[in-house]
Amino acid sequence: MTTTQVSTSDLIYSWLERHVDRAGLNWLEEKRSQIARGAAVKVFFTAFSATPRYTGKNSLQLTLSDLQAAAIARKGWFPMNWSVDRAARILLVLALPQDDESQYLQTLEQVFTAADIGELVALYQALPLLSYPKQLKARAAEGVRSNMTDVFNAVALQNPYPAEYFDNLAWNQMILKALFVGSPLHLIQGLDRRANPELAKMLVDYASERQAANRSVSPELWELVKKSKVKS
Amino acid sequence: MNNSEFRLPSAEGEAQRYSEFYIDPHIHMTARTTYDYIIMRESGIVATIEPAFWLGQPRTHVGTFQDYFNSLVGWERFRASQFGIQHYCTIGINPKEANNEALAEAVMELLPLYVCKEGVVAIGEIGYDDQTPAEDKYFRRQLELAKELDMLVLIHTPHRNKKAGTSRSMDACVEHGLDPARVIIDHNNEETVREVLDRGFWAAFTIYPQTKMGNARMVEIVKQHGCDRIIVDSSADWGMSDPLAVPKTAQLMRERGIPETYVRAVCYENALAAYSQSGQIQETDWLASDAIDQRQMFNGNSVLRGQEPTVRSSRECILIE
Repeated sequence: MTTTQVSTSDLIYSWLERHVDRAGLNWLEEKRSQIARGAAVKVFFTAFSATPRYTGKNSLQLTLSDLQAAAIARKGWFPMNWSVDRAARILLVLALPQDDESQYLQTLEQVFTAADIGELVALYQALPLLSYPKQLKARAAEGVRSNMTDVFNAVALQNPYPAEYFDNLAWNQMILKALFVGSPLHLIQGLDRRANPELAKMLVDYASERQAANRSVSPELWELVKKSKVKS
Repeated sequence: MNNSEFRLPSAEGEAQRYSEFYIDPHIHMTARTTYDYIIMRESGIVATIEPAFWLGQPRTHVGTFQDYFNSLVGWERFRASQFGIQHYCTIGINPKEANNEALAEAVMELLPLYVCKEGVVAIGEIGYDDQTPAEDKYFRRQLELAKELDMLVLIHTPHRNKKAGTSRSMDACVEHGLDPARVIIDHNNEETVREVLDRGFWAAFTIYPQTKMGNARMVEIVKQHGCDRIIVDSSADWGMSDPLAVPKTAQLMRERGIPETYVRAVCYENALAAYSQSGQIQETDWLASDAIDQRQMFNGNSVLRGQEPTVRSSRECILIE
């Protein structure tokens, strides 16, 4: 376990203490320690699914200083608009043993493969907190391909992972898709840093296509075109 | 089950609020179009339950089952939400496909991954089709799973040899120690309803042209048996079926003099009472949610694929923009 992970887990746990009753916290602690001690993977899967039954599904109320602490623990981490069950699910994922890389990645892939919407959102929002992040690029790109908007948004919005790990092809597709499904570009991290000339061209083409069909074009598109051209 | 457990229809002052709320507690939306979702919502359907079933074509690999379960808890749930309908499901291996034993065995392995997920209200639809030994084996295995996990059960009664098959299904439930108040018996008819009610189970009726129950017959059933523990559904799927069967049946009941409290019980309240025992469905799911989520799916962002979010009636406008 790296020190970063200890502190992200500790932070999440401290937030949950304010939102979950004693019985729920006891359950969570029990499951965390079972998972951390390498219990059968089924224990992790069932606990991960059943989490809302023990934690409820209220909004996670974070203060400004909570969010600042998050950004210090992991640069770019911004758990805004999280729910209590999402935070608890992520805590369980962070409890997985990480020494054996292939075992860890296999377990993650299995849980992704059988996940429902709420579980997918939790998993994709956890991307910046997971170990072996370079190995998760294909999985993250799969999230961008989702037609379920909240799953797409879980990867694309308020998430430092794409800007840090996506190549230009994956990045540009994500930006274009965000416009296409109406997700706000200003919630995408690293927009300026990752602006590139190919993206500018794609955006202009997309705008022409919209205009030819008498459809509106988001003002955010033109701002991004400007930034992308300045860089070229 | 005694009457005190049945939540009586609410006071007269509330009647207005519910009169246009329906639940279709058995419908295979995977086989339906988004246009169906639009007209269902316009007709007052606020929630649907989609039981795992066969797809008209038998599956040959466990992977296709896994993808099907994924779509029931994933894509289909999302798709419904786009039209202001809450989508729940039941998970299980249906009797038809239980006859492929190697496959059924592999699906049994998958079930624990899915049955505890959010919005899974029961194990189902399970039971008999041809009433073979293999069907019996996997039916009972799943009854055991339901007992172990304290889950509700949705029973599919066979189309052929129905009366005997229905009795046999209930016998198996009792044998495995399940409480009849936590078991919904579906596809009933005039011949089966009495025994199902007398033994304390929920009796669901499928309004499905030609093969199952017609809604004029349904009106007679309610006149004869009252509304206690009786549930109306469409089972609309890839066949000649009607996704508006529940609201249309409610309409016919009103026209033929069934009291409004009865109509509300069999087309809304009873399904809610039965399935809310799972802890996975409650009225606030739709009362508290915004009328339509197309603009509300995530942090208030619009979510359509380049389309305008629209709540307009589908019939109101001939312009396609």
